[in-house]
Amino acid sequence: MNQEIFKDNWELIVGLEVHVELATKTKLFCGCLNQFGSEPNTNVCPVCLGLPGSLPVVNETAVYYAMQLGRALRCSVNRSVFARKNYFYPDMPKDYQISQYDMPTNLNGYLELPTGEAIGIERAHIEEDTGKTTHIGTSGRISGSDYSLVDYNRAGIPLIEIVSEPEIRTIEQAKAYVSELRNIILALGISDAKMEEGSIRVDANVSVRENGEDNLRTRCEIKNVNSLKSLGRAIEYEANRHISLYENGESPKQETRHWDEDAGRTRSGRSKEDAEDYRYFTEPDLVPLNPSKETIAKIDQEMPELPSERRGKLADLNGVKSSDMTLLVERDHDAFALDAIKGGGEPEKVVKHLVNNLSSGLGALTPEALAQLVQMENKSEITSTQAKKVLGELVQRGGMPANLATELGFEVVGLNDLEKLVDQLINEHSDEWERFCSGDTKVQGFFVGQVMKSTSGQADGKIINQILNERATSE
Amino acid sequence: MNSVTPEQYQSASEIADLVATREISALEILERHLNKIEEHEKDVHAFNLVTINEARAAAKETDKLISEGENVGPLAGVPVAIKDNLCTKGIPTTASSKILEGWNPPYDATVVRKLKEAGATIVGKTNLDEFAMGSSTENSAFGPTRNPHDLTCVPGGSSGGSAAAVAAGFAPIAIGSDTGGSIRQPAALCGVVGVKPTYGGVSRYGLLAFASSLDQVGPFATSVKDAAIVHEVIGGYDPLDSTSIKQAPNSFVNEIDQGVKKLKVGIISELMGGIDGITQEVIDQTNIAVSTLSNAGAQVEEVSLPAALYCLSAYYLIAPAEASSNLSRYDGVRYGLRVDGANLQEMNVNTRTEGFGDEVKRRIMLGTYALSAGYYDAYYGKALKVRRLLAENFAELYKDYDVLLSPTSPCTAFKLGAKVDDPMTMYVNDVCTIPSNLVGHPAMSIPFGSGKDGMPIGVQILAPPMKESVMYQVAHTLEKASQ
Amino acid sequence: MSDSISSDEVKHVAHLARLRLTSEELVTFTDQLRAVLDHAKDVEALELDDVEPMSHPLPIENTMRKDIPNPMLKPSDFLPQAPAVEGGRFLVPKILGEEE
Repeated sequence: MNQEIFKDNWELIVGLEVHVELATKTKLFCGCLNQFGSEPNTNVCPVCLGLPGSLPVVNETAVYYAMQLGRALRCSVNRSVFARKNYFYPDMPKDYQISQYDMPTNLNGYLELPTGEAIGIERAHIEEDTGKTTHIGTSGRISGSDYSLVDYNRAGIPLIEIVSEPEIRTIEQAKAYVSELRNIILALGISDAKMEEGSIRVDANVSVRENGEDNLRTRCEIKNVNSLKSLGRAIEYEANRHISLYENGESPKQETRHWDEDAGRTRSGRSKEDAEDYRYFTEPDLVPLNPSKETIAKIDQEMPELPSERRGKLADLNGVKSSDMTLLVERDHDAFALDAIKGGGEPEKVVKHLVNNLSSGLGALTPEALAQLVQMENKSEITSTQAKKVLGELVQRGGMPANLATELGFEVVGLNDLEKLVDQLINEHSDEWERFCSGDTKVQGFFVGQVMKSTSGQADGKIINQILNERATSE
Repeated sequence: MNSVTPEQYQSASEIADLVATREISALEILERHLNKIEEHEKDVHAFNLVTINEARAAAKETDKLISEGENVGPLAGVPVAIKDNLCTKGIPTTASSKILEGWNPPYDATVVRKLKEAGATIVGKTNLDEFAMGSSTENSAFGPTRNPHDLTCVPGGSSGGSAAAVAAGFAPIAIGSDTGGSIRQPAALCGVVGVKPTYGGVSRYGLLAFASSLDQVGPFATSVKDAAIVHEVIGGYDPLDSTSIKQAPNSFVNEIDQGVKKLKVGIISELMGGIDGITQEVIDQTNIAVSTLSNAGAQVEEVSLPAALYCLSAYYLIAPAEASSNLSRYDGVRYGLRVDGANLQEMNVNTRTEGFGDEVKRRIMLGTYALSAGYYDAYYGKALKVRRLLAENFAELYKDYDVLLSPTSPCTAFKLGAKVDDPMTMYVNDVCTIPSNLVGHPAMSIPFGSGKDGMPIGVQILAPPMKESVMYQVAHTLEKASQ
Repeated sequence: MSDSISSDEVKHVAHLARLRLTSEELVTFTDQLRAVLDHAKDVEALELDDVEPMSHPLPIENTMRKDIPNPMLKPSDFLPQAPAVEGGRFLVPKILGEEE
């Protein structure tokens, strides 16, 4: 049910590596400000510039945030050891990155998608961010640039890297994974996780295999995906690229590729040599982290309500679709919905209003007001068109719908009066009535229009139709 | 013998007393030392840079503060020479390498800050083997330092400049760094006291890293008491160094006279003849030290440290591995030498190829190899296990013994150029000192007699982690006896 | 293990370490590195499966700092000594790029 079958016979396999910038006050290994948008090279010190003689000291808040995220993802939180990942690149002040390798903080968790599947999380570890390199030349891409400029403000910002198992099988799942991960991060308050600002970055590992195959084939890592839409496009492009190669008797090379948004394709990445040998070894300048059971218990106790729990509360309500639940939680309107329902509003209508008519915000609207509005609609005291208008006013200036409806002159014509009107019209327009009764549905609009005219629009169209049909069948 | 050592050494603690009580000014003390430097530095080449103006300004400031009634600190007006791999703000710090020639750090190493706060007058930056890699100071990009006892001989290394500065009387105290013996071995060859503290006992913040899990900063002095005073000043917890010990021991001077009665001293048999290149005169002097301690009331026995035989190999895998990573940052991008290239990678290669000397290149390649895919387990991984074995050996011994004893260097100072052609021959100089670095234990060398050519011999005292007090007591006893 | 290190391997690690060797240096360094690694065969030969590696000499854990700002440097503290600068950023020659 969750397979996305490409071209009849191929299965998509995706694993996602997500990097999240933590919203600490200071960097991971020094007391420089963790701040976006400063003048280049102004949030730096000997440590994050990698000056000779400098030494790292780890930020305890970054570690705490990492453990919180680990527990939210149901990982085990372990004794961890920092390691050096050695390679030369100008955005790395030490020409090695301090990360975690075989003893990371978090291991073996899972992320529950809104649709219910659990995607395995292999690990979530702590590492430092690099500086930012800008390529100056014709295209802003590396190839074709004349030189590059480096700013180290970002060097040393704390990152958590979350690595999923290759258990994602559709593009929708991939997007849902990132959205849900983001929602969890926002619920924890550890990052603002904005893809467009780079505080959350997604790399996709993509491979395909024939339907029914057991083993995993060669995968490529896709970088430079800056939105969920691009993620989908990139995965699709890359999967098709692999399939084409296989169908031509070739196979993809294991490599890193970059997504080119403008051209709509991936391109081979930079290393012309063999896979980089990072020569990982334990970071001698830092000591192991060994959180106590008490600390982990505290983190569990203080865990805020996560999106899956919030959706769960809505799931028991009748008539609420799972896509609506996800949307409400994403917009932070789920608690409001539950309050309105508790206040007497019928769940399906409450959710419908929130989903369809309140996407730009709740303003001054209260749950009690929404509950009353829905009750009025259900008792036909107000048409749905009128309800929308009243809702708009409630958002603008608050108050209760009954008062506002009166103020706006929205008096719905009562059922008795409507019946009388319809009967009157049937008498006055017997030809048209006969046509309607013999099945001419076009005439229906004529009758509804007439009723609306006499009531200056204060009639519920659905009820008019109901009455017409009743009269017709009783003939 | 071509010697430029002074008749008598003036002690740092004496100087500090005289300056603090205003019997002599800090400036006067400085000028006396600058004169000595002027006279013999051209022969010794202990310094990469003598910071005459800064020193005068600092000495004047010290005198001013004292005249205002301020307590300037335990090293008031004492001239100190700093190894040129420690950051001194505003003063070039080169690690004796072309790749950092002229680089001016924007900050002081913690040790440098502490010395300034204690009232010391920094007289200059001393020569070293490039990036602290060597045992003779012949690997410096700026020419070798010569042993003040015999200018045709090496001073030892890598802190040869600091050892020579003290031996020549240029400064009563100096600071060096010790990764495999780089304080103790030159101390022995130059006939001065040299101490490697417990790992984490002195901050490494501002020390240009060679091998991070082995490096320690420590003092050179002409007496055990002076060394202990400097150690107290520079030691202690530093929040800028994650490997710094919170309860670092910091009181050595008060108990220095305790003597050695009832102490149990173990002589490491593996280092008393079983090794390459150890000379009979060194063994003889060490035995005399043993008798001295015995006569002073210590219980002395031979002990075995089996893992000692593997230390040289383990060290020459671990140290270069860490060094290969620590030296990656010298890439021509942010500071220091840049030799241009058609693209970034070529620039990196050109810069590092021209900027590093042969020994540094050797060790970087050796270290890179030891860490590389496929070889990690056989080399680096194994070496880390030898380290654990060694720690267990030591722990066993220290259940029964208070300190251990060995020679510091297998031989006295050799001639300049004698060992430059074969790296292995040079590496063997460190065989007695390396074990302490691998396990992070304190150790020190004190001058104890000389060889037939009159060149100094040093004896090494090793102590358990954080037990420097006992080490200093034993050293003090031996020092008194040898006077 | 076989012959401890070949000149191809020396070339490879030199490249990883961003060093260039002349053909003479390649020969000399290979001999010298081989001598050290041969000496290290004594360690290589030890049976140490049950021994835990020791990366740190000290048994310290959990040294951390609070998330509080510390004084930072100003660009004038270090940019004047940089080999090349433009617009307040470090300038480097072009980085070899992607293939098409």
